[in-house]
Amino acid sequence: MNTSMLLVIAIIMMAMAFFLGRKRAITVAGGNHGIRNLNSLPGYYGTLSALWCGIPSLLILALWVIFDDYIIIQIIIQELPTSSQALSESELGLLLNTVANIALNNSSTLVAEPFIIEAADRLNGLKSISQMALSVVILCVAMGLALFSWLRVNTQLKARVKVENVFKIVLLLCASIAVFTTAGIVFSVIFESIKFFQSVPFFDFVFGLQWSPQMAIRADQIGGSGAFGAVPLFAGTMLISVIAMIIAVPAGLMAAIYLSEYASPKVRTIVKPALEVLAGVPTVVYGFFAALTVAPYLRDTGSMFGLSVSSESALAAGLVMGVMIIPFISSLSDDVINAVPQSLRDGSLGLGATHSETIKQVIIPAALPGIVGGILLAVSRAIGETMIVVMAAGLAANLTANPLESVTTVTVQIVTLLVGDQEFNSPKTLSAFALGLMLFLITLALNSIALMVVKKYREQYE
Amino acid sequence: MNENDPQISQDITNLITVGNAFSEHAKMSMRNVNVFYADKQAIHDVSLDIGKNEVVAMIGPSGCGKSTFLRCMNRMNDTIDSCRIEGDFRLEEDDIYHPNQDVVALRARVGIVFQKPNPFPKSIYDNVAYGPKVHGLASSKTDLDEIVETSLVRAGLWNEVKDRLTAAGTGLSGGQQQRLCIARTIAVGPEVILMDEPCSALDPIATAKIEELIAELSQNFTIAIVTHSMQQAARVSQRTAYFHMGKLIEVNDTKKVFTNPEHELTEAYITGRFG
Repeated sequence: MNTSMLLVIAIIMMAMAFFLGRKRAITVAGGNHGIRNLNSLPGYYGTLSALWCGIPSLLILALWVIFDDYIIIQIIIQELPTSSQALSESELGLLLNTVANIALNNSSTLVAEPFIIEAADRLNGLKSISQMALSVVILCVAMGLALFSWLRVNTQLKARVKVENVFKIVLLLCASIAVFTTAGIVFSVIFESIKFFQSVPFFDFVFGLQWSPQMAIRADQIGGSGAFGAVPLFAGTMLISVIAMIIAVPAGLMAAIYLSEYASPKVRTIVKPALEVLAGVPTVVYGFFAALTVAPYLRDTGSMFGLSVSSESALAAGLVMGVMIIPFISSLSDDVINAVPQSLRDGSLGLGATHSETIKQVIIPAALPGIVGGILLAVSRAIGETMIVVMAAGLAANLTANPLESVTTVTVQIVTLLVGDQEFNSPKTLSAFALGLMLFLITLALNSIALMVVKKYREQYE
Repeated sequence: MNENDPQISQDITNLITVGNAFSEHAKMSMRNVNVFYADKQAIHDVSLDIGKNEVVAMIGPSGCGKSTFLRCMNRMNDTIDSCRIEGDFRLEEDDIYHPNQDVVALRARVGIVFQKPNPFPKSIYDNVAYGPKVHGLASSKTDLDEIVETSLVRAGLWNEVKDRLTAAGTGLSGGQQQRLCIARTIAVGPEVILMDEPCSALDPIATAKIEELIAELSQNFTIAIVTHSMQQAARVSQRTAYFHMGKLIEVNDTKKVFTNPEHELTEAYITGRFG
């Protein structure tokens, strides 16, 4: 029996265990009228039986599938001639690959040394033994535990408590998926970054003013020396983000004020969804809008005034990114402004303040923590944004504060470093992970600050 | 409310206010007021005077329109789109609902204190200074300090907060917050103060303090107070107006209303048969 077959059988057995357990509970209780004698409802006894039957066997199945390949390979290696065992890791891998291929194809057409053919036969033998053993173990465990739980059904058994505990653990596992994924990402990035920092000193990376990652991979290649100073990239990222925020914060905030305070319900029902459509535009579309429409327009306008504007300017990327972020800020701010209690508005109006005085002096200050939190979240979005800058900001790592020049950003460099064929031992490729780590730390810090700001003011005012 | 009680299920469509709704020294006078929320009429033909330096209590069961009537007196109901108001409202000689009437100036003369204390999320000082700043009442920082101090003193809060004027107003206790709101209203220098159930969210001790305060304030201000507590109405007011289903049933001296009401609906309410 193969693994998927076993899985199906295990599930069928769980279903059977459920019905048997349930029926047994009803019988033990003395028929449908005796259900009140049971500690829990009959369904819980059924579920408990099913869990007993299913969980251990499924766990064994999973562990078996994970480890049997490894164990079998180890056995094969042990039985190889000593000359082969002495091979280097990669050569041994190649050899084992050949063995596996021959075993899979079952063909003697491949020319191979006899000891390899022998090993392939052995591999097939071990695999079928393992599969059979697995089937026997699973069936025994499932049936044995199902029987065990069936026998344990009695009126005193606290089936509900046990079932609920199991489900609590399941819920906990689901909740940990996100946490473990984050941790996994962080660790993978950290390990690759450590490799990178073994070839490039940490401080050269963080404080270096020169970024030119092209370097010779092999000795006979011609390439740059490879300079890994991240400052120009972060400066470019900051420049574009600042331009974006200069556009997005006032526009978004004022849009939110208009929508929540001044707009008639009719206008609101039209404008609000329209703004949200803006949030739904894919960033890649913004990207070519920036590259094909905004950037040439800026260049032409600039040349009219005698300014030399690069055709891939920070300004173009920043402007479009700002427009992209407007709905983000306006919808978050709209929510917090709407959350300001009506009693505060009444209080201010009742003192004879005008509507605009009320907005400026009561509503905005009261909503400020939420607004600041929203802005900081928008900033981390701007920093992490990739598509627009890939298409509109350029690749030249200029260290400049002039928005008319072409700059590059951290995300753009990560993309260019990892696109195409790469060698994963080169500092050039590994630098992408170091950049990713830095970016991650910066956005993490911004998000934490945002949360702290929001929390601090909330405690003070509510 | 017990609709089946024969005494109170009488037809009130043609009811005329009994007692004395008018005053010789009227500070505010309302005539033939009708208020509608969309199609629903909330106030039916109510006329009432608030005399100068008088405390008038408005009582009645929930939904009887007393709060609506109060909020119309400084046009707070302007903020509700579906609300339509008919009738004549006058503050002394000024027509409150005249098209040229400046709402800002009106609300500076007729202040309001709400049911739930609603201090701004600012410091105690800034809460009180807010109104004077908005109306440009203080020409200097010293002026403003003085207004803030006087207002807090008159609201009976000064001694409790003088050492922490920069602390958040929202950090005070409920009763203190409500007195802060009263101080905030006084600081603008109104002529009339409207109070919409100012003690309903407060404990008995805080309530007692506010009631004392109302008595003191009536020396300088004209006060209209909506309350659910008949004891409170009896303690603080000179005249009491009883509202029932959007109509003004009876207005009389407070003592008379509570000891010898003219109208049977009033009697039914104050003796606790409904409400």
